[in-house]
Amino acid sequence: MTDAALAMTAGTRWRPRRAGLALGACLLLVAAAFIASLAIGPVTIAPGRILEILGAALHGERTTGAALRETIIVLDVRLPRTLLGLLVGGGIALAGAITQGIFRNPLADPGLIGISSGAALAAATWIVLGGSLAAALTPALADAGLPLMAFTGALVATVALYLISTRDGRTSVATMLFAGIALGALAAAGTGMVVFAASDQQLRDFTFWTFGSLGGATWQKVLAALPFMLLLALIAMRLGRALDALALGEAEAFHVGIDVQRTKWLAIVGIAAGAGASVAVAGVIGFVGLVVPHLIRILFGPGHRLLLPCAALLGGALLLGADVVARTAVSPAELPLGVVTAGIGAPFFLWLLLRRRAALFG
Amino acid sequence: MYRADDITFDAAGRRLLDGATAVAVPGRVTVLIGPNGAGKSTLFKVLAGELRPRHGRVTLAGADIVGVPPARLARLRAVLPQSVHVAFPFSVAEVVGIGVADGRHGQARVERALARVELSGLMGAAYDRLSGGEKQRVQLARTLVQLEAGDGPGYLLLDEPTASLDLAQQLLVLRLMRELAEEGVGVLAVLHDLNLAAMAADEIVALKGGRVAARGTPADVLTNARIAELYGITARIGWAPSTPFLLPQSAQR
Repeated sequence: MTDAALAMTAGTRWRPRRAGLALGACLLLVAAAFIASLAIGPVTIAPGRILEILGAALHGERTTGAALRETIIVLDVRLPRTLLGLLVGGGIALAGAITQGIFRNPLADPGLIGISSGAALAAATWIVLGGSLAAALTPALADAGLPLMAFTGALVATVALYLISTRDGRTSVATMLFAGIALGALAAAGTGMVVFAASDQQLRDFTFWTFGSLGGATWQKVLAALPFMLLLALIAMRLGRALDALALGEAEAFHVGIDVQRTKWLAIVGIAAGAGASVAVAGVIGFVGLVVPHLIRILFGPGHRLLLPCAALLGGALLLGADVVARTAVSPAELPLGVVTAGIGAPFFLWLLLRRRAALFG
Repeated sequence: MYRADDITFDAAGRRLLDGATAVAVPGRVTVLIGPNGAGKSTLFKVLAGELRPRHGRVTLAGADIVGVPPARLARLRAVLPQSVHVAFPFSVAEVVGIGVADGRHGQARVERALARVELSGLMGAAYDRLSGGEKQRVQLARTLVQLEAGDGPGYLLLDEPTASLDLAQQLLVLRLMRELAEEGVGVLAVLHDLNLAAMAADEIVALKGGRVAARGTPADVLTNARIAELYGITARIGWAPSTPFLLPQSAQR
């Protein structure tokens, strides 16, 4: 963020000649956040110990004796939480970047325009109504069904939003924002209705939808989110050039050889996978999808072939950082993750808006 | 040959094109003229493949473009739209390179194309800070790069390429159109300005009410009688020396 501040005060964009430098910087941040997330908590574990434990685990060994407690903390508590944080942070940042590309607007974000709310409604419905039904059959089905339902909810919301705000190949930004806010409110109202039918235990689970949390991280959740995030990553790898061309407009993208319809549907499936699976395992987390792509554009430029991978990496790293703050700020209690991302992200975004009004809307 | 034959197109219950035909020929400059609402832009978009005609077909090298994948089409023809708003803060060089493979090869092409539109100094500038005329020329450079990266000389379609340009830049664009034609490119442009059309065109196609009202060399089409028929004004065509011209001062409604 210091680099961003410097770049903006200088009034110019800092752009490395080589994309490798940008990717390398993002990878370093991910590595640092990864180690920090494993090291920091009620029990502080030295990075050297962490590497030893991870190395041993990779060889299928588990340390015993005095080191057992640290091994359990790292492998069973912090590692799933850290991996889930990387997946969710990367997923929402990537989904945000693709949403902005496809709507051709830097304000489009799944959390802001109702897509995450659609996913939350579907997930809540599944937990309260469908889940008990499926759990009666097999508990595993209930767990696996949640991300799938959230994905479906996000997909329906994205398609609806797209159909409402786009006519004759032109997307109206005002319509998109209004329709997104309306869809989000509708989904939130629906979620409120569903919550009425919830049991006390379910009700406690729901508090985390509103603000998001990595607190419930398990290896099962990591595995449940993984296929959706892989799908998103696969789609993102095919979208870079198409999203660059779409920045010129839909007709112009077609002129330079992009199959615009195909691009849109790929993007919509990817957005729904990223936003849906994130909501399913970690609730609604705001501002990461909005701020991270914006930061990358300032630092490395708007080209999507670099923006997409960098956004995924930086999103993962920043969410891990926010989670460390959430875990330690009021220890032994835990802040909801969404409180931290909004608490840091919203003021930062407002500051960006004030600094760069012309660039955003000009 | 790149042709739109016998095109009929309706929008919102209105017939915008009614059996219009336009052909781009390799090595030649074809110019579409006509009053506002004559269907120039619609015919242009049908030719580009943006709009599907209700009747008639567009063929490129004998094949109906409906069946040609966009990526293949892009290697055969480039399109310059009237004005392009770019959504994110791309640099000039990035905009010129959009849609073509990059790498060192691409970079050299971008530099050459910007030199051809006399904007070499703006490589790293932010696109959204440029003037309207500069943006227009950057977009023209983008189509040059696309043509160069494509198969064969190809075809270039230009919609009002001189619209936001001053006189010197208008002449630059006209000269470029001629150079491209000499390199074998089939050039087709929509132009409002009859004098520029007369200077640029090998063939003029005059549209009115969605139909072709006249076609031929500038000398054939730009006559007092035709101008009266097309625009509903009386005007006197002059000659300078072998190109017809029209002074608005000589015209009366």
